[in-house]
Amino acid sequence: MTSHEVQRLRIVFAKRGSLVYISHLDLMRAWERALRRAGLPVAHTQGFNPRPRLLFAAALALGCSGRAEQLDLYLEQRIDLRSAASALLAQLPAGLDISSITEMDLTLPNLPAQVVAAEYRVTVEPAIQPAEFQQRIAALLGSTTLPRRRERPDGVRSYDLRPLVQELRFAGQEHGLQVLSTRLQADGQATGRPDELMAELGMARQVRSIERVRIVLKEEA
Amino acid sequence: MTLPPSLERVLTGVSKPGRYTGGEWNSVSKSWDSTRVKVALAYPDSYEVGMSNLGMGILYELLNDQAGVLAERVYAPWVDMERALREAGLPLCSLETRHPLRCFDLLGFSLQYELNYTNVLTMLDLAGIPLQANQRDESWPVILAGGSCTYNPEPMADFVDLFVVGEGEEVLPELVRLYDRMRSAPGYSRTGFLRAAAAIGGVYVPSLYRVSYCGDGTVAAIDPLEPGVPARVDKRIVPVLPPAPSRPVVPFLEVVHDRVAVEIMRGCSRGCRFCQAGMVYRPVRERPVEQVLDAVERQLAHTGHEEVSLVSLSSTDYTLIRPLLTALLDQHAGKRVSVSLPSLRTDAFSVELAQLLQRTRKSGLTFAPEAGSERLRAVINKGVTADDLLATAEAAFRSGWQRIKLYFMIGLPTETDDDVLAIAGLVREVQALGRRVLGGRARLNVSVSTFIPKPHTPFQWAAMCPPGQVAARQAMLQRELHLRGVDLSWSDEATSRLEGALSRGDRRLGAVIQRAWELGARFDAWAEWFRPELWASAFAQAGLDPQFYTRRERAREEVLPWSHLSAGLSAGFLWEEYSRARLGEAGDNCRESCAGCGVRETFDLSACPVTLGADGRAE
Repeated sequence: MTSHEVQRLRIVFAKRGSLVYISHLDLMRAWERALRRAGLPVAHTQGFNPRPRLLFAAALALGCSGRAEQLDLYLEQRIDLRSAASALLAQLPAGLDISSITEMDLTLPNLPAQVVAAEYRVTVEPAIQPAEFQQRIAALLGSTTLPRRRERPDGVRSYDLRPLVQELRFAGQEHGLQVLSTRLQADGQATGRPDELMAELGMARQVRSIERVRIVLKEEA
Repeated sequence: MTLPPSLERVLTGVSKPGRYTGGEWNSVSKSWDSTRVKVALAYPDSYEVGMSNLGMGILYELLNDQAGVLAERVYAPWVDMERALREAGLPLCSLETRHPLRCFDLLGFSLQYELNYTNVLTMLDLAGIPLQANQRDESWPVILAGGSCTYNPEPMADFVDLFVVGEGEEVLPELVRLYDRMRSAPGYSRTGFLRAAAAIGGVYVPSLYRVSYCGDGTVAAIDPLEPGVPARVDKRIVPVLPPAPSRPVVPFLEVVHDRVAVEIMRGCSRGCRFCQAGMVYRPVRERPVEQVLDAVERQLAHTGHEEVSLVSLSSTDYTLIRPLLTALLDQHAGKRVSVSLPSLRTDAFSVELAQLLQRTRKSGLTFAPEAGSERLRAVINKGVTADDLLATAEAAFRSGWQRIKLYFMIGLPTETDDDVLAIAGLVREVQALGRRVLGGRARLNVSVSTFIPKPHTPFQWAAMCPPGQVAARQAMLQRELHLRGVDLSWSDEATSRLEGALSRGDRRLGAVIQRAWELGARFDAWAEWFRPELWASAFAQAGLDPQFYTRRERAREEVLPWSHLSAGLSAGFLWEEYSRARLGEAGDNCRESCAGCGVRETFDLSACPVTLGADGRAE
């Protein structure tokens, strides 16, 4: 149950700089506080402990930057997009930058439910030659299964990484670093993690940065 | 703000890296090159604890509001971060402009808890700053410390150049101005600055005093080394509370107190004899209602917080508490802002106030009878009766609270097993009451801490209860309170012992602190890191016995290690209170009649306590 929602805004934003080091939960709180400071009429969930109606497309792992993160914001009063944008811009901490605000149809499915994949750009220290890098990529793509085990707070989980990797390619060099580009499944079934992929390539220790460049939604896929 | 790659590499391997990245809303980064005096405010505990400290926030805004001064923050790096910084060869830096701490002019530590002392050493060492004050010359920052521990700062005297005793709102700007003037003049010397600083009220420069000892280890005398150095340093106060901050830094991480906090009153009139805060933060000064409302309004607008806490040592005692709460709720009703009121008295009025706040959000209710028997409550001057507690608990249960927290202490002076059994009796009565009103849903959280005698309180002469006896009494309560619906917690014995030794320690403990730190002591306030065996070795290697500090009853004539520092209380008052305590006589509440503590005379106050008239302004 939620309070009356009259408008739904999709905000596309970047998370970078020092904000790369705050968790998803911290990010949610930072947005909630910025929205309160901006005085936007945010709708709230009902019940004993009302929460602002703010839905993020997908959590971003701590340590990764995001170029085009997305969230849907539900309002209890209609506002003009231009004034919403300027009120919000004045209240966002450095490291959060809005690139667009678009009004969405209230009847569309929830944003997280629409996510199917995410594209990442990973930079690595050049510990191996590009040719070998490409060989490793080819070998990974050529395999049929890539069983991995991942430690989680509730125990060790076994899964197959291979079907989660939809695209993977060596994207050249930049500022002395090698660049890798990938698209990983990210939906209700399973979410591929770029750090796991790098570990599978034997390059976990060489990773310098991971950037999520795009969140792919169902209708775009 | 982009981070240097060397730091980024370190951050990827540590827990909660957001502790070290800064950039929070309302943090202030002034121009480094064009600002004359650079102050680092350091808190020797985790970011989450340090960011919850009200005093740090007050001083941060106050200094940054001044032209020519910048203040930046730094907290103790967690154990994994300390290791990572050392491995990477990186110095400890401020959060704002990321300058190494050694580049600051003044480095001020907030000392609120004795078990943070080793973290001060970690921070100095990670900054590359020599630990011992006498090893530092003009090229190093001046190391300051303030906070409640400076009422007996002697254990930290080896490491700190200058202590601020009392309230820092005026002293710190005075020190900054003095430094600014002297530093730019020819012939600046560190000792010259410290000597000049010692003339400022509330400033204590330990290197200007010599401590001599008797054969039995007690202090023989504490003498100024030079003429012009005051024989006694009185704490500083601000006679009128300055306006509360407007723009508190909003952390990204979830910190201990993650809300707007406005101080409504400083000082407490109750005179509980065990309570150091109640003694040293005198006189009582209430903040006018309109100032509180104004501060809440500003802070909410500038932070985006949705919770407000009205802070004081005893909020129910604030004269106009009900009008204040009513006005606050009226202003913020419908804005989803909740208000909380810590430190409630044990009475029906408090439950009524808590009920008023229920409109916003249900929070827990905590009451602190402190002792189990009427007799012992008179000894500690906690004027609560069993009937008060039962009536309050009943009102709370009937108003819909299912869980009540009760605070008690054991190991109090004159305590017997019967007094401890009385705690169990009282808890049983409250539990039975809860079950009568609510049935099986009623729950009690009972927290039993170990009493630690503190300087500048009537119990500063008292011996701590022997460890074996504390353990036996804890066991007694565990046995007696093994009841459905009652959760019992108690404080760690070894932790209390160490706090006891450090709080009433002398200068010789500097060697113990440094040795414990060298042996690996870190974050001693955290159960997961506290290693009492390191401290035992450190005491032994320094040839000192911790029991000398904890277990010994002091004579009235003894020169206490803090006797050259004054909280403004008259010498006779504390002893008189101690004597009355031992006779089981309750003391005074200074809102009703002046207890004669001496603070009014020390500071030549025209009004004491400073309370509010019906118009909400100070009378």
